[in-house]
Amino acid sequence: MENGFEPVMIGFTCNWCSYRAADLAGTSRVKYPPNVRLIRLMCSGRLDPTFVLKALSAGADGVMITGCHPGECHYLEQNYKAMRRVMLLKRTIAQMGIEPERVKLVWASAAEGIHLAHEITNFVDEIKALGPLDWPTAPRRRALEEIEQLEVEEVPA
Amino acid sequence: MTENGKPKFAMYWAASCGGCEIAVLNIHEAILDVDANFEIVFWPVAMDAKYKDVEAMEDGEIFLTLFNGGIRNAENEHLAHLMRQKSQLLIAFGSCATEGCIPGLANLSTSEQIFETVYQGPSTENDDSVRPQYMTQMPEGIIEIPIFCPTLRTLQDVVDVDYYIPGCPPESHQIAAVIGLVISVLNGEAELPPKGSTIGVGDSTVCDECPRERDVKRIKQFTRIQELEQIDPDLCLLEQGILCMGPATASGCDSRCPIAGAPCIGCYGPPVGVLDQGARMMTALASVIDSRDPEEIETILDGIVDPAGSFYKFSMAHSLLKAARPSENGR
Amino acid sequence: MTERIAIDPITRLEGHGKIEIFLDDDGNVANTYFQIPELRGFEQFCVGRPVEEMPVLTNRICGVCPEAHHMAAAKAADAVYKVDPPPTAKKLRELLYSAFYVTDHTTHFYALGGPDFIMGPDAPVAERNILGVIHKVGLEIGGKVIQARKYGHTVIEIIGGRKVHPCTSIPGGQTRGINEEERAEIEKMGRWSVDFAQFSLDIFADIVLGNQEYLDLILGDIYSHRMHYIGLVDENNLVNFYDGLVSVVDPNGKRLGKYAPDEYGDWIAERVEAWTYLKFPYLKQVGWKGFVGGEDSGVYSATPLSRLNAADGMATPLAQEHYERFFETLGGKPVHQQLATHWARLIELLYAAERWVELATDLEITGDDFHTVPTETPTEGVGIVEAPRGTLTHHYWTDERGVLTKVNLIVGTTNNYAPISMSIKKAAESLITSGTVVTEGLLNMVEMAFRSYDPCFGCATHSLPGQMPLEVKITDAQGETVETLRQYC
Repeated sequence: MENGFEPVMIGFTCNWCSYRAADLAGTSRVKYPPNVRLIRLMCSGRLDPTFVLKALSAGADGVMITGCHPGECHYLEQNYKAMRRVMLLKRTIAQMGIEPERVKLVWASAAEGIHLAHEITNFVDEIKALGPLDWPTAPRRRALEEIEQLEVEEVPA
Repeated sequence: MTENGKPKFAMYWAASCGGCEIAVLNIHEAILDVDANFEIVFWPVAMDAKYKDVEAMEDGEIFLTLFNGGIRNAENEHLAHLMRQKSQLLIAFGSCATEGCIPGLANLSTSEQIFETVYQGPSTENDDSVRPQYMTQMPEGIIEIPIFCPTLRTLQDVVDVDYYIPGCPPESHQIAAVIGLVISVLNGEAELPPKGSTIGVGDSTVCDECPRERDVKRIKQFTRIQELEQIDPDLCLLEQGILCMGPATASGCDSRCPIAGAPCIGCYGPPVGVLDQGARMMTALASVIDSRDPEEIETILDGIVDPAGSFYKFSMAHSLLKAARPSENGR
Repeated sequence: MTERIAIDPITRLEGHGKIEIFLDDDGNVANTYFQIPELRGFEQFCVGRPVEEMPVLTNRICGVCPEAHHMAAAKAADAVYKVDPPPTAKKLRELLYSAFYVTDHTTHFYALGGPDFIMGPDAPVAERNILGVIHKVGLEIGGKVIQARKYGHTVIEIIGGRKVHPCTSIPGGQTRGINEEERAEIEKMGRWSVDFAQFSLDIFADIVLGNQEYLDLILGDIYSHRMHYIGLVDENNLVNFYDGLVSVVDPNGKRLGKYAPDEYGDWIAERVEAWTYLKFPYLKQVGWKGFVGGEDSGVYSATPLSRLNAADGMATPLAQEHYERFFETLGGKPVHQQLATHWARLIELLYAAERWVELATDLEITGDDFHTVPTETPTEGVGIVEAPRGTLTHHYWTDERGVLTKVNLIVGTTNNYAPISMSIKKAAESLITSGTVVTEGLLNMVEMAFRSYDPCFGCATHSLPGQMPLEVKITDAQGETVETLRQYC
């Protein structure tokens, strides 16, 4: 959308499959954009929609949740819970004026480093096209103001 | 303190419905304890002290103020600051003050639509598109009405709050207990809980208090309550497919609504320690929906016709997102 | 330089309001403005909600009369689905409603409006309230008042689930019935309440009608207006709070017609003024002629007095006796002395208590068929009940899933906004003239002009005007911009 818009994105990654996939992408030197900050959960089923809402309201433009493929969850069934949670969350945020496409659920096994890198790359492009979310809560506004002031102060006379 | 030594007490309503006032009156005989132990100096529903009387008080002159109602306009905000200034203890009383309550649902709307809805409504004759103005010049002088704020906010959004009592309204037995506690504190028999505590509430969820039988929840379909041939009086409502907010709502109300056959709608707000009531409900529901097939799950979820409204009916203004972002085409 | 006096906030009512009194150079009242500063936006934010939630959503319009909104919403939801609840459900609703009327009218008489009479209009502020009343009349009588409210709220809790904001009415009926044990308890409390209602009427006869000063106030001109009156009546044209048709009578008592819920749009319209958030309803067929009374003005009121004026009698024997005595004492129908509303309210209290007993002893009240599942596709519907403070209209439009697409509400006290404004002005003009020393007690007597209406402005101002502008225009009375200011929240 805008030139130079670099989205801030969070990726909640399950320890057993997708986090290892991310590791694999790294060690294989497969490139993917740095916009997605990864946070490791033991399981995608640990994902509480609170995490996603906190991320979006605190400045994230997009949130990705990654987990083991259905049927392969290390804890047997919890990725199905993650799936249902994300589906319900998307419907709710749509009513709040947030594009449901800003939240994405991706399955990736530990061997699928390239696949995960692709998914991340695509997702970053999708969020760039949607533009910044800029959720108008006071803490973010204050943080942005502080950042702006910092930049001004750093300009040498 | 007054000449008779009784500490001063006030109760004020901002953008509210009056239910909290009635809930206080519903402590019945215990209202006489309030009278015996306090001097009521400001309570617009029941007595005639005016704003100027409060403004004339010293800072901290009022020992305890119960502040209910949300912060919807500039007058509400002004009174929040005034009561904070004049009170030693300021309690956010009831759902509106603690988390915004049902009027917080106004945060889902755009301003343009709101104008249209009210002042050009179906029974309103307004060909000149008159709108309320904050200041109007009348022949005799300028008269004012308070500025309307862009969103509904909670008491803690505008002032420092000492304690929170949730509920819409707080159940009278909880109110009586809190009053009893304060009287004990005044008599040196008890100590106030840590500042910032939520009081008059249980430490679990409505489900824990609810006497209905619970088995394993496996929800294949959500049913609108009017569509049930019969509401089973003993079985968990959620297990009957009715969207009940019990799992994500603080206990303390004795689960009166589920006992009466109606689903909990979440009026006591999130359980203590939970940041976002809606997120908790989403989590709980997703765990018990009985399907692994995305298509089937979408069909089941279609049975929840209004997720944001159902999950944030009381806590919208205090949720993580707080308000909807206006969309380009309005809603 | 025009002197102005502000009464801010008005007290001993539900809701927010302020009165601005402007005096001319001679010290007479030039004009008064009764402004409502509050609003929350129910008509807007109920859109998008499922219709079966409306009984619990609209409860929160008013916590003093949530039962009224609960019933109007349930009836509107029934109409949306074109479903007729079974007799047991309707009787349970009306039983809850009757007990609610007892608590609400009791609260008003003893805590809100009554202290003006029981303690005196210019008694010290610290005494002119419910606690002062209890100190004066003694703990025994005070205990009765507390008991009356307690009994009523117990019934509300048994049938409605909770004491404040009941939850059991849904489209098609109720979520639960009552058993014989509950019924017997309700009956017992009802019989006690009939005695309490008569006792309250005796107190009124004693303290108010027996006091020449008060009687003069009531019969006098200060608080009198000739206007139209409306109220729900049953098929015999007797007062009914829960169901019926709305009877409309003119200032001479002539019945202009009776309308069914879905016809309200032909009868009632609302007007907007720039200086207040609340709208002014008026009779459409007569038209808006300003803040004036009389046959040619569309100003009407909907209060206990209005209901007695608009009906031909009360449906229960003891209340009917009092109804006849009321009009005899006040010189025939209709009665225009608005302070007499306090008396009318107690007659309604008695009717509500008698109706409570009637319904509690009805054979169908413990029936186990209390809900009919709707089968029609939901579309549109209107529900009307009499709230204690006036005729309450809920009008819903839904999509085919029963999710609200549009909401229109005309709420009890809103009906009375124009009459209250007129009453306040008239009282101020009569009480404050050149040379009058304006005391707090005198200003309270101006407030007494609205208290007889038992207003509920939380109810009235369900609406939301919208965005806070950064620029504010100051307009004159014709709406022309005089000046532009910047305002910040």
